[in-house]
Amino acid sequence: MAIIESDLLGRPSPLRLQALPVATTLLGSCVNLLPFISTAPVLPPFGLLVALGWRLLRPELWAAWVALPLGLADDLITGTAPGSAMTLWTIAFLGIDMVDARPMWRDYWLDWWIATIAILFCSFGQWAFGYFVAGGGALWPIIPPTILAIFCFPPIARLCAALDRWRLAK
Amino acid sequence: MAPPRHRDRGFSRRIQYGLFFGYVAAGMGVVAGLALVLIARFDPVAFEGIRGLALDATTPFSAATRPIVRGGSSVAGDIGDYFNAASENRTLRAQLAVARRELIQARVLAFENARLKRTLKLVGDQTQPIAAARIVGSNLSGTRRFATLAAGGADGVAPGQPVRAADGLVGRIAEVGMHASRIVLLTDGGSAVPLRVVRTGEAALGEGRGEGAMEIHSTVVGGPGFRRGDLLVTSGVGGVYPADMPVAVVTGTSGEIATARPLAEPAKLDFALVLPQAPVPPPVAPPAGRKR
Repeated sequence: MAIIESDLLGRPSPLRLQALPVATTLLGSCVNLLPFISTAPVLPPFGLLVALGWRLLRPELWAAWVALPLGLADDLITGTAPGSAMTLWTIAFLGIDMVDARPMWRDYWLDWWIATIAILFCSFGQWAFGYFVAGGGALWPIIPPTILAIFCFPPIARLCAALDRWRLAK
Repeated sequence: MAPPRHRDRGFSRRIQYGLFFGYVAAGMGVVAGLALVLIARFDPVAFEGIRGLALDATTPFSAATRPIVRGGSSVAGDIGDYFNAASENRTLRAQLAVARRELIQARVLAFENARLKRTLKLVGDQTQPIAAARIVGSNLSGTRRFATLAAGGADGVAPGQPVRAADGLVGRIAEVGMHASRIVLLTDGGSAVPLRVVRTGEAALGEGRGEGAMEIHSTVVGGPGFRRGDLLVTSGVGGVYPADMPVAVVTGTSGEIATARPLAEPAKLDFALVLPQAPVPPPVAPPAGRKR
């Protein structure tokens, strides 16, 4: 644990500063590995939610390209076609960058709106990629987990904020 | 709250270039991602190595925690069983008596069947399973319906092989790691199985819809159609799936299309058998003399 502790000047270690957001995003993707077996999608995409939580909380933390490896890892962990989450997450991050470039007032509700649009884009994009790669599959089964994901975002953002406080703590 | 100023380029050339190259990298990454998806579409077994590696790396987590979850979910059922013991006992006794009679009948039929096949010199399609393994997890989110099997390339499992459980067909192997593999369940949108209705012998095609049910299409125009409760078995047409394996029960019909529930419920599965792929018939030769 020494490596993630603060140094003598009280600065958090660079590893903790950089690795914690990445590690929690990967853990979010790994929620999919819980040993329940289902015939319909039941869980929201936690990896995406955690990534959006960090991105909206700390805009300066990640450049847009960080979504590429994170999305690829999510693809490999969840077994979707490699490249699908990679593409969608990066487009979502670029979109958030474009929103950030506009000088406008930002608050909690606006962040939730941005996250909602990103979640909708990634969910329906995943469905479209799945349809393209494997063919078939109805659209409606993904609607309940998508709605759940939208309502899961505020608690996940809270979790990211709590982790961020520990991340930056002396 | 005022707008965040983190993307303010300022006058620093270094920061400006850094931001610019970040966006270039992201844009190129998006193009590369789309290329990966295209490759996955037209060459499904591409990236098998890296996907298998990821599968091997993530499966132990599911495998280790699966018994805990299974134990937890069966407790409620066990308590209920305790209170209904007497009435359930009576029902089960009655069912057992019926089943015993039917079993004797079935044994007689199986013997007769074997004898008839011998006289016809039909080649037996008795196949030995390649591997028997535990199903340890499944996709809980996303649009594809996969399950993870704790057997992989080291056990002789290869993509395309059918997987069955005691109750019936489960699906087909999609990708293989060293010690784990991914099964495309029957309910996945990319799954299609040639079927036969036991009652009428009508040929049908069962397609997954991405949720808990299958959609059954008749492949015969003006056939007898489906009825609720019809049993569907594999027809063995086109190879891959061996013939006469129980698959699903029709739960509802609307015109020519029926909905069916797979007999092997993945949530209750413990073990599954990987069977060798039934030989695929050679493609039909194009008509002679046809100009291209």
